[in-house]
Amino acid sequence: MKRRTPTATLARAFGVTLALATAAHAQQTDLTIALQLEPPHLDPTSAAAGAIDSVLYANVFEGLTRFAPDGSVIPALATNWEISADGLTYTFHLHPGVTFHDGTTMDAEDVKFSLDRARADDSVNAQKALFADIADVTVTDAQTVTITLAQPNGAFLFNLAWGDAVIVAPESIDNIKTAPIGTGPFRFDNWRQGDQITLTEYPGYWGDKPALTSATFKFISDPTAAFAAMMAQDIDAFAGFPAPENLPQFEADPRFQVLVGSTEGETILAMNNKQPPFDDPKVREAVAHAINRQDVIDGAMFGLGTPIGTHFAPHNPDYVDLTAQSAYDPELSLRLLSDAGLPDGFTTTLKLPPPSYARRGGEIIAAQLREVGIQTEITNLEWAQWLEEVFRGHDFGLTIVSHTEPMDINIYARPDYYFQYDNPAFQDLMTTLNTTTDAAARSDLLRQAQTMIADDYVNGYLFQLAYPTVADARLRGLWLNQPTQATDLTGVSWAE
Amino acid sequence: MRLSLALGATLTSLFVGAALLSFIWTPYGITGVNIAARLHSPDMSNLLGTDHFGRDLLSMIMVGARTSIAVALIAVGLGMGLGVPLGLTAAARAGGWLDEIVMRGNDLIFAFPSLVIAILITAVFGPGAVNAIIAIGIFNIPVFARLTRGGALSLWQRDFILAARVAGKSAARISVEHILPNLANLLIVQGTIQFSLGILAEAGLSYVGLGAQPPIPSWGRMLADAQTMVAIAPHVAVIPGMAIVLMVLGLNLLGDGLRDALDPRLRGRKP
Repeated sequence: MKRRTPTATLARAFGVTLALATAAHAQQTDLTIALQLEPPHLDPTSAAAGAIDSVLYANVFEGLTRFAPDGSVIPALATNWEISADGLTYTFHLHPGVTFHDGTTMDAEDVKFSLDRARADDSVNAQKALFADIADVTVTDAQTVTITLAQPNGAFLFNLAWGDAVIVAPESIDNIKTAPIGTGPFRFDNWRQGDQITLTEYPGYWGDKPALTSATFKFISDPTAAFAAMMAQDIDAFAGFPAPENLPQFEADPRFQVLVGSTEGETILAMNNKQPPFDDPKVREAVAHAINRQDVIDGAMFGLGTPIGTHFAPHNPDYVDLTAQSAYDPELSLRLLSDAGLPDGFTTTLKLPPPSYARRGGEIIAAQLREVGIQTEITNLEWAQWLEEVFRGHDFGLTIVSHTEPMDINIYARPDYYFQYDNPAFQDLMTTLNTTTDAAARSDLLRQAQTMIADDYVNGYLFQLAYPTVADARLRGLWLNQPTQATDLTGVSWAE
Repeated sequence: MRLSLALGATLTSLFVGAALLSFIWTPYGITGVNIAARLHSPDMSNLLGTDHFGRDLLSMIMVGARTSIAVALIAVGLGMGLGVPLGLTAAARAGGWLDEIVMRGNDLIFAFPSLVIAILITAVFGPGAVNAIIAIGIFNIPVFARLTRGGALSLWQRDFILAARVAGKSAARISVEHILPNLANLLIVQGTIQFSLGILAEAGLSYVGLGAQPPIPSWGRMLADAQTMVAIAPHVAVIPGMAIVLMVLGLNLLGDGLRDALDPRLRGRKP
């Protein structure tokens, strides 16, 4: 009887596997990419949830303009535009031959429908402020739209690039939450709730064909499961990897690449400006000086993140570094508390949403505040509870959250926004900013705004959230940074 | 000397001792964070190493033992305090409508898996040590009620109880003066077992974030916090895990040992 050695059998088996693997990789055009959060539904024009844009932006839905990977605004469905001398009239020329995934054509009527729907009185758009200056949308011809503004708005093209401003069709609007129909290079295929969303290429796409023919978005919220899935290569990439402590292992492994980009996410220790004792600026200043940012970044994010001293992204050219103004100084903090009439400190609530920057950061900040006599009762909340209690209910003393919208310093002009900062001077500043189109003047106003909220110590400014992506080493074209919440797959391809 | 009893008693007293000691002394404070010293492996200055915030793990385990023991002990006390009287009442009125109500009520609670009830209660009333105690306590009630009723029913058939009834004692007095003392062994053994299940339940609840809230240390949450760090600093996960295992093992051995020692039917038999 002829005996085969185990080694020979193994070698043969491996040989076969390798051959198969190589064959498969040579023509790989599909991608499985994981995200931490699953969208609540699939209409980017009617919810604040960034998870919707993370799946659909640039892949399924497109607007007149869009964000490029570096955050600049580039043409999308509008090939070019003219702006009148007074800055009030924008004439957009649409790309010819654009069709929706259901085969209907995208024309000026659809643009008018989308913008009118977003700015209507009964609109549920989460960013209605983006469209507030629009006075009228007129269809000139099928390929031309004229938008008239009530007042000049220097950020109008930027506003139109948001995921909340994408173009949708009246024919498919009723089912958009479960069956989104857009104009992008991928069309929505299937959503297994709680598990994954699949997209497939749209053959009738008007622009450059993407290299991928299908993409699966998997939703893995648990950091341990995320690590295991990536290590086992069940997924090809994880955008926004939730466990920064595991990144060194991926970096050391030749199978993977790690991209650490920046986001628009200002992570702040928000203070309820209307709730005593945080209605006293001295107390807020005391809190700011009690926080050691570097410890929070190292302890909660394992060193990933850039310290910030105001509500502005450090990679923005208009950023002012104000971190020194709220530097870690517990002595000063104690003095300020004394001045505010609270020499023995006080007790407040610290409500934490699920991400690890909040949960871990919260424990570190609680310990740092305890050093100056501020006791915190920590409550860990799920997102739904957080939105209900903190964001809508304003029932909190302190909370930690990352504001991931781009250029969102204008939230400080909304007195009913959850941290309830009410300063008419700041509100005037934002009104002026909105009507200013001159670039240098805008920069100046933005710098003033950053300084004003830092001077008022509205919130504790912690760090700019980093965006780690772990991916198969052979993947190319993933976004490094997150100028807006998006997982743009149009430029993604497999090497080899 | 019974080995299981000795081993169980040693492990249990070790943890109880550590928990008591933590009231007056721990090697380091557990409320401060020291990021520079995080994830140190065990060495001479930190016998069990440090966690991801640079806190001393030995100190955390000691205070965590306090949380676990307090929650489990009070919860078992609650279950016993309500369950035993219910069981005695049911046995005294065996077959009556009161018996039916008590026992069907117990069946109702029994029908749900204990941890599911606990999660339900803490999810509704909010996470925290007190709600964890109530949650664990509630599913201990039917255990003690059923055990007490079973034991009491057989005692009610005994001659000395008949004598007490002939002497004119009320059912309530007989239950307290004659039945309860004869059930003590049974209850102590069951109490020990339930105590270990309570420790496990507390760890489970705090693992999913429904137990004691930070900064109060608890073994379950230490384990949960450490799980993404297993690959870079295994001791952070292994140590609270071992604490839970050893504590539960100790209590189970103690319970077994006590049963062997206290049950007259087993007395004189070689273990």
